[in-house]
Formats: sequence, C-alpha cells, structure tokens
Amino acid sequence: MAFTPRIGVYTCHCGINIAATVDVKAVAAYAATLPGVVVSRDYTYMCSDPGQGLIQNDIREQNLNRVVVASCSPRMHEPTFRAAISEVGLNPYCFEMANIREQCSWVHPAGELTTHKAMQLVASAVAKAALLQPLEQRSASVTPGALVIGGGIAGVQAALDIAEAGFEVTLVERSPALGGHVAQLHRTFPTLEPTAGFLQPLIDRATQHPRIRILTRSEIVDLGGFVGNFKVSVRQGEATSEIAVGTIIVATGFEAFDATRKPELGYGQYPQVITTADFERLAASGEIQVNGKKPQRVVFIHCVGSRDQAIGNAYCSRVCCMVSAKQARLVRESLPEAEVNVFYMDVRAFGKGFEEFYDDVRKSGVIYRRGNPSEILRRGERVVVRAEDTLLGQAIEVEADLVVLAVGMTPSRGTDVVAGLFKLARSSDGFFMEAHPKLRPVETSMAGIFLAGACQGPKDIPEAVAQARAAAAAAMIPLMRGTVPVEAAISSVDEELCAGCGQCASLCTFGALSLHPTRGVMTVNGVLCQGCGACATACPSGAINLKHFTFDEVMAQLEVVTGWAAPVSALQPREEQAVEA
Amino acid sequence: MLQIESRPFARDHDLFACVQCGKCTGGCPMTLKTKLNPRSLILRLLTAGNGFDLEPFPELWDCTTCSTCAKRCPKQVSPMEMIIGLRSAIVEKGAVHPNVKAALESTFRHGNPLSLPREQRGAWAADLGVKHYTAGMEYLYYVGCTPSYDPRGQKVARALVALFSKAGVDFGILGNDENCCGSEVRRLGEAGLFEMVVEDNTGAYKELGVTKMFTTSPHCYNVYRNDYPKNGMQVQHYTQVLAGLVADKKITFSGSLDKTVTYHDPCYLGKHNGVFDEPRAVLRAIPGLKLVEMDRSREKSLCCEGGGGRMWLEGTNPATRLAMMRVQEAAETGAQVLATACPFCVLMLDEAVKTLNLEEKIQVLDVAEMAAQAL
Repeated sequence: MAFTPRIGVYTCHCGINIAATVDVKAVAAYAATLPGVVVSRDYTYMCSDPGQGLIQNDIREQNLNRVVVASCSPRMHEPTFRAAISEVGLNPYCFEMANIREQCSWVHPAGELTTHKAMQLVASAVAKAALLQPLEQRSASVTPGALVIGGGIAGVQAALDIAEAGFEVTLVERSPALGGHVAQLHRTFPTLEPTAGFLQPLIDRATQHPRIRILTRSEIVDLGGFVGNFKVSVRQGEATSEIAVGTIIVATGFEAFDATRKPELGYGQYPQVITTADFERLAASGEIQVNGKKPQRVVFIHCVGSRDQAIGNAYCSRVCCMVSAKQARLVRESLPEAEVNVFYMDVRAFGKGFEEFYDDVRKSGVIYRRGNPSEILRRGERVVVRAEDTLLGQAIEVEADLVVLAVGMTPSRGTDVVAGLFKLARSSDGFFMEAHPKLRPVETSMAGIFLAGACQGPKDIPEAVAQARAAAAAAMIPLMRGTVPVEAAISSVDEELCAGCGQCASLCTFGALSLHPTRGVMTVNGVLCQGCGACATACPSGAINLKHFTFDEVMAQLEVVTGWAAPVSALQPREEQAVEA
Repeated sequence: MLQIESRPFARDHDLFACVQCGKCTGGCPMTLKTKLNPRSLILRLLTAGNGFDLEPFPELWDCTTCSTCAKRCPKQVSPMEMIIGLRSAIVEKGAVHPNVKAALESTFRHGNPLSLPREQRGAWAADLGVKHYTAGMEYLYYVGCTPSYDPRGQKVARALVALFSKAGVDFGILGNDENCCGSEVRRLGEAGLFEMVVEDNTGAYKELGVTKMFTTSPHCYNVYRNDYPKNGMQVQHYTQVLAGLVADKKITFSGSLDKTVTYHDPCYLGKHNGVFDEPRAVLRAIPGLKLVEMDRSREKSLCCEGGGGRMWLEGTNPATRLAMMRVQEAAETGAQVLATACPFCVLMLDEAVKTLNLEEKIQVLDVAEMAAQAL
C-alpha cells in the first residue's frame, strides 16, 4: 500500500516573539491548504506542555504520521518535539521544523512580506515532511574510563571528580610535575592566600588516588575511535602506549604572553622591566629587589598582550587587572616606602570580592593612573615610562626602578597539535571553541571531548576549577549511562553507484569513510559519521545520500522555495480575515 | 573658522574604534614639547556633534607623521592619518602657512617642493656618466628631490652611484625627467595634487617599463610602496639593495673606517616599513667600523622632526628640537659618527650638530657615504 502523508502543522506565537511580526493566523490558515496537511493550528507556546499535548492529541485522534512545527531554531527545540511525538509512538525523525523566529520574525520588520516568508518556510518544511523516512535510533557501548590531558589545576580537579565517581582516569601531563601555572603563583587574589595551601593537597589527593594513573613527561600522539570508545596513543619518553577511554577532557591551559613581542616596552632589554609571572617568583623569593636594591618607584602596566589588535590579541585576558592589583598590594606590604603606580585602560573587577579588593588596594596607597603606556626608555639607573595620563590630558614620564608588565594569556604551545589530532575548532582568539557559547560551554563540536580551564579562554582559578568540574560532570554522562546514542541521520553509500574513488574520505573530518577491502566501494562507519553531509555533496557519481537530508527531500524544499507564489487568501485585506476568524 | 563635518570624518577614519587609552599621545615625540594630543583630538571630534572648528589647533602642523601612534594603537586606529585628513580640510580652505603654499605650488609647477627649476634636476650627475633609464634595465634609481638639488643630499646620491656602478648593477636615472614622488604633498594634506602626481608618475613608469626601483629616501620608498596603487613594480630602499649586494659579495670593502658609529633609524624606513636590519648589516660589513646602539633604537627611534612636511614648517615650539636631543643621545654613546639613511634625517641632524657645537665630536653621515668611503 502506498504511503499517504498525514501532516499536522503547528505554528507557534512564541508569546509575541513571532506573533508581533508575523501574522500567525494567516500562516496557519495557509498551511491548512498545503498538500498532505490534515490539521493546522496555531498556539501561544508550542513548546509548553499544553502545546505539546495538542500535537500528541492530533497524532492519536487524526492518525498523523508526519509533524511540522513552525517556531524557533531546531537547536533550541527539535529534541523537545522529537521526544513529544516519540511518546505517542511516532518515529522522532518524522518531524520537521520551520524556523520562523530566528530566520524570520527576529530579523524582519512586521508586515506582509515577513508573513509571506514565514509561509514560504512552512511550505518548504511541509514538502520535506511528506518525504521523511523513519530512522532507527542506535546506540554503542562505552569504555568506562576517561582521559584528562593537562595536569594544571583544571586537569587535576577534573581527574579527581571522575575518579571519585568510580571511573578510571588517565592524567597526561607534558611537564615533569602537576600543578601547572598555579604552582608558579605566590599568592592569589582577592584573598592573598598562599597558593601552596590549596594546590598541594589537591595534587596529593590525585597522586594517591587508586583510580588515577598519572603520566608525566607525556604527550598525546594519536587519536582514533569515537565517543564511548576512543583509542589514544600516548608517548612517554621513547615508549608509546595505547589507552582506551570513553571520554576525553582537554585541559591544556595557556601560556603567558611573550612580552618581547612589544619591543617598545624593553622586556628582556632592561633588567628593571619584568612580567607579572616574573614578579610571582620574585615575591616568592621573599625579597623584592632589582639589581640588588629595593625599588623605590614601582610601575604596573595593564593589558600587555591583551586587548591589542596590533599584535593580534583582541581579547581581554580577564585576570591581569586583579593580578596587578594583588602584586601592587604585595609591594605596598613589603616595601612600605615604595611609590606604586598602576597604569590601566579600564579596571575590570567583576568577580566575587574583586571590587572590594580593588578598593582595598587603592586604600593601601597604590595610585591608579588611566593611560596605556607607549614606551619604556632607559634613564640613568632607572627606566622611564612614557604615557599619557588621559584623565589629566597630559603626556607624562614616570621614572621607575621596577616596571611590571601585566602579561595576558595566550593559547598554550600544544594547542595546535591537540586541535589537529582531535579535530577541535578554535575561536578567533586561538583558544579552543566550545560547542555553544551559552548552553554547551564545556563541550566541543566533537562528541565525547570536553574542555576544562584556560585552554578554552582566559580564566582565573575559581573559573578554571568550576569549568573543570562541569567538564567532569559532562564527561561522566556517557560513562555512567554505559551506552551512547548514535546519530541516525548519517550518510549512506549506494554500492551500485559508488566507484570507490575516495574523494568523500579525503573530505570527511571525522574519518568515517573507508574503502571496503573486498567490495571496492566506500563504507560509512555509522558511529563516527556525524551527518555533516560533506561527502554527499562531493561524491561525483551521486552515490552518497545523507539520511534525513536526502536529495529528494532537499530538492522538494528548494522547488517550493524557488517556485513559491503568495497565496491569494493571504493577500486579502486584514478586515476580511478578521471576519473569518 | 575652519569648520569640518566631524561625523563623516570620524567614520571615514574609524575613530569610533578608539578606546581612549592614550597610547598614541604617550608615545608621540611631539607631545612633550607641544600641545599636540591625538587621543584628545579624537574624543573632541567624536563628541563635537557634526561641526568641529580646526582653527584653535595649530599643533596639527607639528605632527611629523613618524607613525609611532598608528603602529602602537591597540585598536588599529591611525591618529597620523587622522591628522593628515584634518590638514586636508585646512588645505582645501587655503588656510595654510606661506611655506607650505610655496612647497605645494612648486611641486605642481617644477616637480619639486624646493622652488628650483626642473631643468637642473639632473645636474648633480652631469660628470658621473650615469645612464639615463631605458626599458630593459634592471633598476630605475629614483633619486628624489632633496638628493637631486640639495648639496648635502647630492653627496649621498653620488655615493650611491659609485657603489652601484662598482657592483656592476644595471641601473639608470631619469635626470631632468624625474618628478617629485608626492610623499610630502600627501602628508601636508594636498590630496588632489597628490593624486595628480601619482597619476603622472604611474603613467610615466608604465611607459618606461619600470619593474624594479630603488630610492635614496625612505620617504620616496614608503610612498611608492604603500600609497601608490599596486602595479607589480618592486620598490626597495637603497639599503635593502646594498645589503643584498654585500651579502652576495658583489660589493666588498677594501678600505676601512676605524670609527665608532651609531645608527639612527629613519621613521619612514624603520617604523613605517620595518627595515631595521639591512642598514646595520651594511655598516657591520665595513672593516674597522664599530657599531654601537642608542637606547632609543629600532621601534623606539626618536624622530628627527623632518617628516610630515616639517621641512617647511618650524612647528609651534621651535626652541626645543628633537634632532638636538637625538644628537645628544648619539654623542652619549661615544660614537664619532651618527649614521642614518634618509636625506631629511641627514639635514636635520647635521644642523643640530652645528647648533650644539659638536662638530669636533660627532659627524652625521649617510650609510651610503660611509660605504662609498670604504670601497
């Protein structure tokens, strides 16, 4: 018996998000006229429980076999509606969404044209819905262990959380010891607490944990497999071993900005000029001295290597304001005679207790001057900082015995290698990119690989730890569940048409395509394939089809869009519509 | 009143990007001696509504266009180009200093800003047997106005001819047919005249089939490299060509120069175009020569105050001269020679040495002159 589509279309008002701009009643009325549509409704919030109930009711009572919701982005609510229709027995892939919010009401003014565009989007979704095929939901089993790359505070914390939950963790660190940058810090802001007091117990716990295996002086050299079943090659000295894990946390941290890239500041040229990283060592040594003498005049300079497009780092490094404040405070404490000037562009004291700390630092006698110094020159035994005090509107020269450059954070040296091996995306700042800036801050675009700490962007200690614990929690979801769902909308190869040329394999960023050893055609690894469709567009013989985005489905949508004419009813004056309603 | 429409001006010069950090004003060599304050000017323009009066800002003519502000700006704004733009608005209204007017008029009439006759442009080379450039030659040597007419500049040009002839370089000059490059015209804000000069020169070089050029002055080098439309012509400063010849052993120094030398980076060679190493490489290759560095070298080089049209303008504070500060810095290194590679720098620094009565102690020489002496 031939399949007859029975489609229900549901147009959402999204409060006034859509309804204020798009005539949702007209869209719903128009949708009712489309081929295959047996019911068309509009409702204030389709995603609400009553909204979902409407759909479920119609499926049951009117025997709907395909559902279209015209509302927001699929990223937002496709999972919601797929779950709703599954509950009443419909395959989740028998669902299609028309995005009339982000792609229509939010970006166009209210008016007829905007309503027409919404109708067109709905018509296109309906055309695809008529062709949709149910797909089988599959799952794969998970290796119950995790890999953490990077033994800084984020990596150690993430490893501990996962191990505490009962899973095996391998912690790989490039250097000989754990602790990363935090181990180099003397005290922390805003409490001036000694770092060793909280870091060492954490490292000890990790080192002694029965379920954590620590590999120092080690590096990742290869990655294979997929979420739930990764195979990672780790090199330690001459030996390379393979580790099987279910999920991976990348915590490769940051590197301090190389201040020699700003030659006008004389770092590496004048002994009086140091970085905030150097200052930590100086302060930890107990005596703040330059050339064997206690400095009388100390200058801090913010934003060295941050917020600076001239060297390609447009971003704010977030911690330097507070690092300078802390260090300025420490100078006031240990050298009460010294005059301390801090040059700033803006003081960003946004964290918990930061503004109060900044108040306290100023009250301790530190002078804040607004201006981004331009250069440092030698003057006798001292150096001179040339700047403009922008609040005074005067070019000034400030002599100093010690200048501390608040260097920003840059992606660590290993970022390139890890990004290449793991196929991780990077943001324009060079740090690893999260899967979604709001909703998926610790995930990457690669399933099963998570981000912790400053490798994702500049962070202070509590932020790095918070993200590490979030990443650990996210990485444990597949481990605890024991299985991972596998995307059903993946590529499939028509073996009759495939010539085995391998063009698709060269384009696949997931390594999901390979030549079958005996049949001479390409095969898709259904677990690795993420359904991006690159192979389908590249295949010269049209042998690859992406399920749920088949040629027929996409062409049907295109035909509707290109041949679309506004319905006569929609062009009628609004008064008549009001009468009808 | 010298009213300009500040809003479109601010947009054209991307002033909205300014974060008011003051790095431009802090690093500007003029801000310690004059009222010039690029950061504050930007804020004034941004907050002026749509009308801004330039009359109260004579310090706009103090700018030497050294480019320190633009190079260091963290938001990629160019206060230098803003100042050139503001000068343009003033030039358009004709409200410029008589010296500037004369320089611009002379460039239009005589092809040089020095009010000297076109027919004498090539006279410096009359006794040298330099070839006139013809199609197929490897290089056009673009001499420039100051090296063509100024006696001090001519010495540099003659030295270069000696060097390149000795190395067997296939080059020619244009003699009386050479025309001003327009660099100073552009920096004085005469945009219309500059466009005309560019058109004339571009047409002439195309007709002559020029593919490679080197210049005496970093100013000419910069304008051809950065301000002219890209036409595939390769432009180099002479120090770059010379450094190449030295490295390839096409020039060897049989003489020696037993002197301590410090090198002053010209703004248009160093800051503007990042050419720091080549002039030093040439100096280091001269036997006996000891090169010492001033504190302010390379990216931090102190401007001689000769650029941006300042050869024709005293500025608002002529009593304090950067060139004098520079000569003192050079003398403090113990150097007997202050070397540089720019005709403007040579003139400015030479004059400062005389004013400071330091002729016995330190001598200003162009890198080309020193290299020629050591041949």
